[in-house]
Amino acid sequence: MDNILPLLHGFSVVLTSYNVALMFLGILLGIVVGVLPGLGGPNGVAILLPLTFTMEPTSAIVMLSCIYWGALFGGAITSILFNIPGEPSSVATTFDGYPLAQQGRAGEALTASFSGSFLGALVGVLLITFLAPLVAKFALRFGPPEFFAVYLLTFCSFIGMGQESPMKSIVSMMLGFALAVIGMDTMSGQMRLTFGWTGLMQGVDFLIAVIGLFGIGEILVTIEEGLAFKGKSANLNPKVVFQTWARLPKYWATLIRSSLIGCWMGVTPGGATAASFMGYGIAQKFSSRRDRFGTGEIEGVVAPETAAHASGTSALLPMLALGIPGSATAAVLLGGLMIWGLEPGPLLFVEHKDFVWGLIASMYLGNIVGLIIVLSTVPLFAAILRVPFPIIAPIIIILCAIGAYSVHNSVMDVWFMLGFGAVGYLFKKLGFPLAPLVLALVLGDKAEDAFRQTMLASKGDLSIFWSNGLVGTITVLAIVLLFWPAIVSLCRRMRSPKLGQAVP
Amino acid sequence: MGVLYRTVDFLVAVLIFFVGLAVMIESYDLGIGWIKDSPGSGYFPFRIGAIISLASIGIAVQALLNNASEARTLFVEWSRFKLVLAVFIPTAAYILGIVFLGIYVSSAVFIAGFMRLAGKFKWLMSIAVSGGTVAILFWLFEFEFLVPLPKGPLEALFGY
Amino acid sequence: MTSKITRCLMPNRTSLFRWLFVGALLTFSGAAQAAWQPTKSITFVVTGGAGGGADQMARLIQGIVSKYRLSKQPIIVVIQNGGGGGQGFLDIKNSPGDPHKIAIVLSNLYSVPLSTNLDFNWRDTTPVALMALDEFVLWVNARSPYKTAQDYIAAVKASPGNFKMGGAGSKREDEIVTAVIEHATGTKFTFIPYKGGGEISTQLIGGHIDSDVNNPIEHIAHWRADEVRPLCVFDTQRMPFKDKVTKTESWNDIPTCRESGIDAQYLMLRGILMPKGVTADQLAYYVNLLREVREKPEWKEFIAKGAYKESFLVGDEFTKFLEEDEARHKEIMKKADFLAQSGSVK
Repeated sequence: MDNILPLLHGFSVVLTSYNVALMFLGILLGIVVGVLPGLGGPNGVAILLPLTFTMEPTSAIVMLSCIYWGALFGGAITSILFNIPGEPSSVATTFDGYPLAQQGRAGEALTASFSGSFLGALVGVLLITFLAPLVAKFALRFGPPEFFAVYLLTFCSFIGMGQESPMKSIVSMMLGFALAVIGMDTMSGQMRLTFGWTGLMQGVDFLIAVIGLFGIGEILVTIEEGLAFKGKSANLNPKVVFQTWARLPKYWATLIRSSLIGCWMGVTPGGATAASFMGYGIAQKFSSRRDRFGTGEIEGVVAPETAAHASGTSALLPMLALGIPGSATAAVLLGGLMIWGLEPGPLLFVEHKDFVWGLIASMYLGNIVGLIIVLSTVPLFAAILRVPFPIIAPIIIILCAIGAYSVHNSVMDVWFMLGFGAVGYLFKKLGFPLAPLVLALVLGDKAEDAFRQTMLASKGDLSIFWSNGLVGTITVLAIVLLFWPAIVSLCRRMRSPKLGQAVP
Repeated sequence: MGVLYRTVDFLVAVLIFFVGLAVMIESYDLGIGWIKDSPGSGYFPFRIGAIISLASIGIAVQALLNNASEARTLFVEWSRFKLVLAVFIPTAAYILGIVFLGIYVSSAVFIAGFMRLAGKFKWLMSIAVSGGTVAILFWLFEFEFLVPLPKGPLEALFGY
Repeated sequence: MTSKITRCLMPNRTSLFRWLFVGALLTFSGAAQAAWQPTKSITFVVTGGAGGGADQMARLIQGIVSKYRLSKQPIIVVIQNGGGGGQGFLDIKNSPGDPHKIAIVLSNLYSVPLSTNLDFNWRDTTPVALMALDEFVLWVNARSPYKTAQDYIAAVKASPGNFKMGGAGSKREDEIVTAVIEHATGTKFTFIPYKGGGEISTQLIGGHIDSDVNNPIEHIAHWRADEVRPLCVFDTQRMPFKDKVTKTESWNDIPTCRESGIDAQYLMLRGILMPKGVTADQLAYYVNLLREVREKPEWKEFIAKGAYKESFLVGDEFTKFLEEDEARHKEIMKKADFLAQSGSVK
């Protein structure tokens, strides 16, 4: 509780008209960047980093982190309205968000998403404010075995619930893993799966895959119906907002659970994308409304968004306290810190109080401001839907191309994007689930590295995965989650009177 | 008139089978066993490729045997597929254009072309919108963001 | 109307010649003074990851150039670190004659082509300047019982393969330094590759690895927070910076590894290259630009903070340095079996 004073001091640092203006600007820019598929948090922040050279580090990081926030908020808008995720962390939002929009309930979906995001981010900031040193110490306990266990947990929490053909799900996931392998192998320094072609040297970035599969793929699938987006009016009138807010407390369990999941994934670098999948997956497994997931269930929107935002926020903690970026955007922010001459570490909190607490204070404010701005600009974005298809479609494609190009400054990536678009079209129509592919692409490389690092350290001894309390707990949790549906149905059958005899 | 769902299902499965095979072959050279104490570089990729190929055989068989009503429906009608191609092929041409003409010129042509041919807008309107959009993009990326996007001969004429 | 003006300015033929003469004089003197200037923005290719050492230095240079207006054209930093930097190398190689492109490279300049059969060699480029050299220090966790390098190495020698050395990437500089140590002392570490320096730092603090060979700047905060202990620096002389970094020690207080019984040295270049086929004027422009950057206080501050070894080599001296450095890397990598099997880029 002794962090209240520095926090108040931080507010005083931030509440200058210059910094507040930067905050607004940052959030607006962030929303724009988040909405544009492909131009996401990392590129957005990297692009604007040079602009901040002339600013004070505190102002600079306030603006950059607000861009980060805005992007997190903005990604959900196009996910819900267009089924095109603006950010990889909003892929999971499309599962239930888009069906809701199709039912004419876009306003509810958007409100639920933003509110969940707000609450998730708030939890994340509270964590940083009051528990930073504890959390930092906790993060230090993670070595390769623990990392692997976390990735395993993420996978197990998400798979096993889909209604699609299991073989297609497996193929999807395996293809994602295969894509993750392409490029340079951290562990051996060799190129893998590049088929001798330098074009594959940089590997396949999951951002490219997401833009192609979900962006271009969605456009291709939609135009079969005719050259028009299915018009969904998304009038966000205040009544809808308040009605949805009134219903939110119903989902208190999901909100808390997802926030915790998000904080967990942010601190143990998993990333916002993985957090959103995990939030969705676990909500699906434990919710009483699980059968409605995927058809337009508000909980299915709240769960991933809350987790993603909590994760994005708490990812800044290990970045500030330890110098480990918990997400790609945090990595760029970290680079910025170093250039401004600030070293992350426990001394940062002591020697650069203004900076750290100004940043934390701006997170609170930015969150609130962000929520207001984003709720009020929704009609603006919804209006985009009314722009004739022949104008908006090429523009979306162009923006996707720019986003794809800007990842590695390579036109090859734009071709890949198109390729992924074709794959997205085929897979969506043939019933291959895309989510496992994306998750495998995001985590596959890291998970494999963690496994091989663990084996090197333990000299091939697998028992290291339950050698201490932390890793053992996570591993067991992962296995339990994997078999949870089977366990639940088994329990149900044992208790069901219809079967007659009681099971001893 | 169109392609049967079943047919596409089968063909895609066959394609994926070969993808899995390629992955297996390519990772074989990297060492598919354990090197010293940890898996070699090819260990996981090889097994991933194997699973892909095996599962795709399963899908292919399912596709062949599938007589459910859904399988006998059309994957896509030709008329609708033409619409898909109407977006896909120009996009491919657009990307080709990026390589030779730079992204700005290509984008302008792309937008204008779409508006005129697909939306039947007047030429003047098409050029105005495409020119305006590209001008904004140019300003945004070349001057504000300082993100160099691929440029072509036209920009080179002006010294960019 | 115009004829009146013409008759005013050039009343007779002699005046015409006078004008022409003055005009010619101005044009040629201008050309002689201007040499070559960039006519469009300069692309600064970074062959390392976002936020990493190469990226930081590139952005620092970009910032200094922009702050002091050392160039009429802006510098744009572009990350091309695919394939360990191979993407950036190939970009330079495939842009012959382009004077608006420079690249910053670290020792991946040799280690990547040597270990992956990439069809690239530094001789496919024009070396511009060596900007600094990165120092490497042997670090252990502050709670470990080893107070000197001798103690640590003795322990490792007694228990081959049981001590974990963490490093960035595989067959890159960290593993190369580890190989140099192993060759010089007859020890055997278990090298665990990680993705980046930041991760390695926390692994060391968390006790998941026993030592690392990070650059000074990667551990400065942790050293000051008393979480890691430097044992020795892999150089022939101690670092010259005498200002106290922690409460009691400065960079200069760290003994060289040679003093501590490990005859191992390794310095990593931070160099700037540009494509082949540029003119002497164009090369001179960048050499000059970088020379000016180095004189600015921000640069000096950066050097001091990161405890870099000051060095500025251009022209033939730089080329000679690259030849020797490459040969050295080849030798170490051959001995440690890091060289790629010949064949296509795998």
